[in-house]
Amino acid sequence: MTPDREVAIVAFAQTDHLRRTDELSEVEMVMPVLHEVLRQTGCKTSDIGFTCSGSSDYLAGRAFSFTMALDGVGAWPPISESHVEMDGAWALYEAWVKLLTGEADTALVYAYGKSSPGSVRDVLSRQLDPYYLAPLWPDSVALAALQARALIDAGHTDEPELAAVAARSRQDASANPHAQLPGARPQGDYVVAPLRTGDCPPVGDGAAAVILATGDRARELCARPAWIRGMDHRIEAHALGVRDLTDSPSTRLAAERAGAFDRPVDTAELHAPFSSQEVVLRRALDLDERVRVNPSGGALAANPVMAAGLVRLGEAAARIHRGASDRALAHATSGPCLQQNLVAVLEGDSRA
Amino acid sequence: MTAAPAPDTLRAPLVVEFPFTRSLGPVQSAFLTGLRERTVLGVRTGDGRVLVPPVEYDPETAAELRDLVEVGATGTVTTWAWNPEPRRGQPLATPFAWVLVRLDGADTALLHALDAPGPEAVRTGMRVRIRWAEERAGAITDIACFEPYESVEGHEALGHDGTFDDPVTGIVAPARLDYTYTPGRAQTGYLHALTDNRIVGERCPSCSKVYVPPRGACPTCGVATTDQVEVGPRGTVTTFCIVNIKARGLDIDVPYVYAHIALDGAGLALHGRIGGIPYDQVRMGLRVEPVWSEGGRYPDHYRPTGEPDADYDTYKELL
Ligand SMILES: [Zn+2]
Repeated sequence: MTPDREVAIVAFAQTDHLRRTDELSEVEMVMPVLHEVLRQTGCKTSDIGFTCSGSSDYLAGRAFSFTMALDGVGAWPPISESHVEMDGAWALYEAWVKLLTGEADTALVYAYGKSSPGSVRDVLSRQLDPYYLAPLWPDSVALAALQARALIDAGHTDEPELAAVAARSRQDASANPHAQLPGARPQGDYVVAPLRTGDCPPVGDGAAAVILATGDRARELCARPAWIRGMDHRIEAHALGVRDLTDSPSTRLAAERAGAFDRPVDTAELHAPFSSQEVVLRRALDLDERVRVNPSGGALAANPVMAAGLVRLGEAAARIHRGASDRALAHATSGPCLQQNLVAVLEGDSRA
Repeated sequence: MTAAPAPDTLRAPLVVEFPFTRSLGPVQSAFLTGLRERTVLGVRTGDGRVLVPPVEYDPETAAELRDLVEVGATGTVTTWAWNPEPRRGQPLATPFAWVLVRLDGADTALLHALDAPGPEAVRTGMRVRIRWAEERAGAITDIACFEPYESVEGHEALGHDGTFDDPVTGIVAPARLDYTYTPGRAQTGYLHALTDNRIVGERCPSCSKVYVPPRGACPTCGVATTDQVEVGPRGTVTTFCIVNIKARGLDIDVPYVYAHIALDGAGLALHGRIGGIPYDQVRMGLRVEPVWSEGGRYPDHYRPTGEPDADYDTYKELL
């Protein structure tokens, strides 16, 4: 589709992603990034037309945990607000639709996750089908490992190549001051074979925020807005045994609908928490060596659950803001083995 | 007024545990009842594929599926992963392989555990069979696990009417997640003060409102509340209700009064029980003070101070 209104990401902020943030409540963790995106744009809370957030009660272990974080937004007098029990990338999608409808000209999107209070491997198992899967407690690493084995058996990758993905990601993360695992580190032992420690994302806490704006408002707020040329998200069958785990047709379809294949991109921020998932996504998106993949280090270097997808959109946008990219693809995923996938295409105005 | 110090981090175990009680549709009921009877059922799609485990709607076409078939208890591993450290709730307590198994006669694979001596004994394409649980109740865990079993693939999907005596119509899926709760900076300060029988709030640097208990942010201004302020101990009842039904496990006689209490110096009311006065004499404007029980970690209740009632104008903004 070709949107009637131009919408851009005009500001992005993220916390340092840390193994634990015991001294901070969620709202205390979120507030600095909210203030940072407002500062970048000079906006006040009262200037924002729509606010949308992404988080998960299961990470916090508390019902309606997002209402606490709302205090950091300044929700009185009343604001137009929404929440998705998903990664903030999907909150951004909702905000984008809201702006396209003309109901608002600016939107604040934020997401946060504290994985440190619980065991995120077990917590994520509660999103599985409750009849056939959840009673077996397959954890998130186990499911990713099944996918990795399928890829290796199909000849799409091998363990050295997975190690190289991990090493490149953490090497790139050295330039990212917010990353949790910057720099080289050993691949380690098998967590669930064939995945080793190095193939798995760090467990940690973090938050991110972006501001979206339409048309001329975006140009006022940002020297080089990252225009959202298209965005789409798709889902596949829930049952893992029905899917071809070596492929990601939902990513390919979302990318197609977002216009990703119309012209080449120079950057791709892929939400691939496991090294093996980058292999799947590269194939699904037809990315070759000319595309800079995850210059931020990606989710292998920092994976704040519920914010990591929004961070991909933010990182891609920030590269456009600073002129390091002209056309970038951002991807977010949710669910086991890349079940749900969102793809956005961002562009900067051409430079004289 | 002092800048809130960085308090020691408080932490406490938090267990979230719940039994999800779920009803089953006709297909899932037949499948899980079948497991209880050592019979594995799948469902046939419009284009002839057999889905195991079965679903009620075709994942590709969304067509309703009701054509049950019986498949074999033997199958082929389509992918696997070696789990060296089993976690709580997983099918086996010793190291095992997670497997997707395509049962003979099926076109899709079922996730379960494979009992094998080590990863070198597992490969994609290996033949396996179901090891049934000794006690079966109509759940996916009626399959204890898979085990290696050399055999040729022979079973064809056979028609099955899905009828069993005493069908399973629901499952209880218990979930338990363990957390370590840490309350964050503002609430930690509040909890530390309570141990000294003091109540502290935090003042918003922008609008000066004092929040009790503090959560670290002013919801009006969206900024951090950083200045710690001691409030109370006395306060004013702003509104109240009379509780007539005893909560389970509560050893307080009904009726009793639960009230909103604006502690002196606080910008909003917190809530507490009112004691030391007959329930029908509690009123808006009543002046109260906290009563701490021996070793209590928060005020047990509030009782009248004996002062004259507060003037309505002094607390009307805090209602
Ligand atoms: Zn304020």
